[in-house]
Amino acid sequence: MESLERILKEHPFFAPFAPEHLRLVTGCARNHRFAAGEYLFHEGAPANEFFLIRHGRVALEIAAPGKAPVIIETLHDGDIAGASWLVPPYRWMFDARALELTRAIGIDAACLRGKCDADHDLGYEMMRSVLTVLQKRLQATRLQILDVYGRH
Amino acid sequence: MGDTDLNLAPHPDAFVPQLYRAGRVIRELHDTVTLELTPLSGPRPAFEPGQFNMLTVFGVGEAAISISGDPSEEAAFVHTVREVGAVSRAIAKLEAGAVAGLRGPYGKGWPVAAAEGSDVVIVAGGLGLAPLRPAIYRIFANRSRYGRVSILFGSRNPADLLYRHELEQWRQRLDVEIAVTVDHADASWRGNVGVVPSLIRRAAFDPHDTVAMVCGPEVMMRFTARGLLDAGLAGERIYFSMERNMKCAIGLCGHCQFGPDFICKDGPVLRYDKIAGIFAVREI
Amino acid sequence: MNQALEVGAQAVVSLDGIEALIAALAAQGYTVVGPSVRDGAIVYGELTRLADLPAGWTDRQEAGRYRLDAREDGALFGFAVGPQSWKRFLQPPVETLWTAQKTEDGYAITAPQKPAPKYAFIGVRSCEIHAIAIQDRVYCEGPYRDEGYAARRNNAFVVAVNCSVAGGTCFCVSMQTGPKARAGFDLSLTELLEDGRHEFLVEAGSEAGAGLLRELPHRLASKTHLNIAEAVVARTASQMGRSLDTAGLKELLQSNPNHPRWDETAGRCLSCGNCTMVCPTCFCTTVEDSSDLSGDSSERTRKWDSCFTLDFSYIHGGSVRNTVRSRYRQWMTHKLANWIDQFGTSGCVGCGRCITWCPVGIDITAEAAAFRAAGTVKEDRHGES
Repeated sequence: MESLERILKEHPFFAPFAPEHLRLVTGCARNHRFAAGEYLFHEGAPANEFFLIRHGRVALEIAAPGKAPVIIETLHDGDIAGASWLVPPYRWMFDARALELTRAIGIDAACLRGKCDADHDLGYEMMRSVLTVLQKRLQATRLQILDVYGRH
Repeated sequence: MGDTDLNLAPHPDAFVPQLYRAGRVIRELHDTVTLELTPLSGPRPAFEPGQFNMLTVFGVGEAAISISGDPSEEAAFVHTVREVGAVSRAIAKLEAGAVAGLRGPYGKGWPVAAAEGSDVVIVAGGLGLAPLRPAIYRIFANRSRYGRVSILFGSRNPADLLYRHELEQWRQRLDVEIAVTVDHADASWRGNVGVVPSLIRRAAFDPHDTVAMVCGPEVMMRFTARGLLDAGLAGERIYFSMERNMKCAIGLCGHCQFGPDFICKDGPVLRYDKIAGIFAVREI
Repeated sequence: MNQALEVGAQAVVSLDGIEALIAALAAQGYTVVGPSVRDGAIVYGELTRLADLPAGWTDRQEAGRYRLDAREDGALFGFAVGPQSWKRFLQPPVETLWTAQKTEDGYAITAPQKPAPKYAFIGVRSCEIHAIAIQDRVYCEGPYRDEGYAARRNNAFVVAVNCSVAGGTCFCVSMQTGPKARAGFDLSLTELLEDGRHEFLVEAGSEAGAGLLRELPHRLASKTHLNIAEAVVARTASQMGRSLDTAGLKELLQSNPNHPRWDETAGRCLSCGNCTMVCPTCFCTTVEDSSDLSGDSSERTRKWDSCFTLDFSYIHGGSVRNTVRSRYRQWMTHKLANWIDQFGTSGCVGCGRCITWCPVGIDITAEAAAFRAAGTVKEDRHGES
C-alpha cells in the first residue's frame, strides 16, 4: 500500500492533494499494466474504475458498424481517461485502447465515490481536480471541432 | 519646395515587380503546391525566415505568399501556395517555364538569431508550417547554437499534413523532438489525435529560457499562446506570424493594419506580449 | 522692383500682383492650381487668371452641411476649405503603376515615364500645409518611398493663405495647425481688406518664393500692414467652430475598443467613406490588375481606397472588419491614436472636412469628447497575460 501511495502522489492529477486524502484514495487503488492493443474499457460497459495513465499511450475510439474504429483523441502520461465513473449512469462512452505498453492506476469507482460521500472535503478535492481536467479537455475539444484548418 | 528635404536620390520603384521564371512545381496536398521561382536576370535577393514576397500572375493579380524555402540556397525563391482565391489558384497553376512577377522580400521575420542560446519550440498549424520551414532550416544549419528544439505540428487530418516526407526525415535526427497530431483521424492513422496546443504539455523545454515561434490559423495561435503561457513561458518570448489583407506590402496603402502595426513592415512576425491586448478584440 | 528680397521678407501686393503671380508661375512652367467656384462648392482646379478665383464668396459649413454665400466684399480667399484637398494632385485618385506586355520569353514591364507635373498651389491653408507634411512622412519616410509622390511634391510651389475666416467646423487652433502658416510654403499671403483697400501681405518662405516675389509689382510692408495681418489671423483664431482636446486621447481610444460609444456612432454612420475622401491626410489606396481580352497586355492601377469599404480588410473568405462599428472605430482610432504610434503626430489637422461632408453629420470632435466624458469602460481582460 505504501508504494502505491507514492505512485499516486507522483501522478500530476494527485499532486495538489493533501496526504490524508491521498491515503483515503490509495485504499481504492491498484496498479494496471496494459499490453499494446489491450482495451482499458469498452463503450457501454459499466464505468467502475477511474484510470490515470502513468506511462504509455491510450487511444479514445469510437467504432461505427461497417467502419474501422476512429481515434478521437490520444491520451498520454499524466492524463486521466474519462469521467463517466463519476456521473450516473456510470457507463463508458468510448473505447479506450492501449497503443503501446501502458501502465495505469485504476481506482475502484464505487469505493472512491463512497469515500467522497463520507468525507466531503475529499469529495470537494476530487470534484475540483476532475473539473479542471475536464475544462481543459473541453477547450481542446471545442478547438478540435472548430475545424480551423478547414477551407477558409 | 525648399523646406522639406525629401532625399531625392532615386530609389527603384517598389511598385514594379521583377520577372521570375517558375521552375519545379511539387504538389504537396490536394489544394497546395510548392514552386520555385528564379529571377530572369540578376541575383535572387537574400531573405530572412518569416519574410514574404508579393507574387504577380500577369493579368490576374498579386498576392502575399510566405517564403518557405531554405535561406542558404541562393538560386530560387521557394513558395508553398494554397489555393484560396483567384490569384493563389493562378499561382498554383503556373507551369514550369512560366514567367511571373515578384516584389520582395518584405517584412520582419522570425527571431532565429535572437533565439540562439535558448530552447526553441516551433508550433505550426496547417499551412503555418510553410513560413516556419525556413526558420527550421536555419536552426538545423546552426544546431549547436540552440538548446532543445521541438517542432509541434498539427493539421486537420492526415491527408493535410504538409511536408510529410520532410517531417519523417526530420524525425530521423536525434537532436530534435517532433510531435505531430491531427484534429480528425481516419481509420489508417496511427499517430496522435488532438489539437496542437495539447502537444505543448509534453514538449521538453525550459520555460524560463525558451523562444516559441507560432504560425497557423488565428484561433489555433490564440489557444497555443494560452498553452505556452500556462506552461510558464513569458509573453515576450512568444512570436506569432500574423496575416491581414495586403495590397502594396510596402507600408503605403493602409490595408494590412492590425492596431497600430502594419503587418507588411512591422510584421508579419510580431511578439505576442505586444499584441496580446488587441489580439482577442473582435474585428480589429 | 530689384530690392534684395530674402527669405523671410515681407512685402505688400495688390490684386494686380496676384494676377502677376499666376502669370509668373505659368511662365515658369507650373500648372497653377487653386480654388474656383464650381457646382455650388469651392473646388481646386487649374487657374489661368485672377478672375478664376472665387472673389466675393464665402462658405457656410456645419455638420453635414455646406453651402456658398455671397460676401459683401470681393475677398479672394474669404472662405475656409472645400471638399477637396491638395492630395488630389500629389496623390492622384487613379494612377497607372505599370503595364506589362507579353513577349516571346516572358513579359516586358513598362512604368509610366512621363515627367512628374510641376504644380503651383495657390491658397494652401495652414491646416493643409500640416496635412501635406503628414503625408510627406507617410510616403517618403518609411522603408519604401512613393517615388511618384516624392517627385510631384518636390516640384510643387506652395503659395499659402492665412485664413481670414474660420469655417463652422474648423478646429485648427486646438490641433495646433493654424490658422497662421508658419513654415512649409514658398510664399504666404494674408488678405488685407481695410479702408477700402484690397491688398495682400506676402511673406517669402523660401529662395524660390523670394525669387518670384522679386518679379511681382510689390512694395515693402509697413508696420501697419503687419498689424492688420496679425489682427486678421487673431480674429480667425477666435472664431473656431469647434475644438478637440487631444490630451490623453490616444490612450483613451486605444484602450477602449469595446466602448458603447462605438455602437452608438455605428448606428448613425453609413460607412459611405466621404470622410476618407475629403480628409487631407487619409492615404489608403488599393491596387487592381486588369488585362485586355487576349491576356497579352495587362496593367496595374493604384486607386484611392477607404477603410470604410467592406472588402478593405478581406482575408480568407471574409472581412476582418465586418461591421460598420469596427470600421468607424478603425478610422477614428487610426486618425487620432494609432497614427501617433506610426508617424509621430496625430493624423488630424482640424480642417473640419469630415464633419462638414458626413451625410449624417458625425462630428469627430464630439466623438472624442464623448469618449472623454464617459471615461474608460471597465473591461474583462480576456485572460491573456
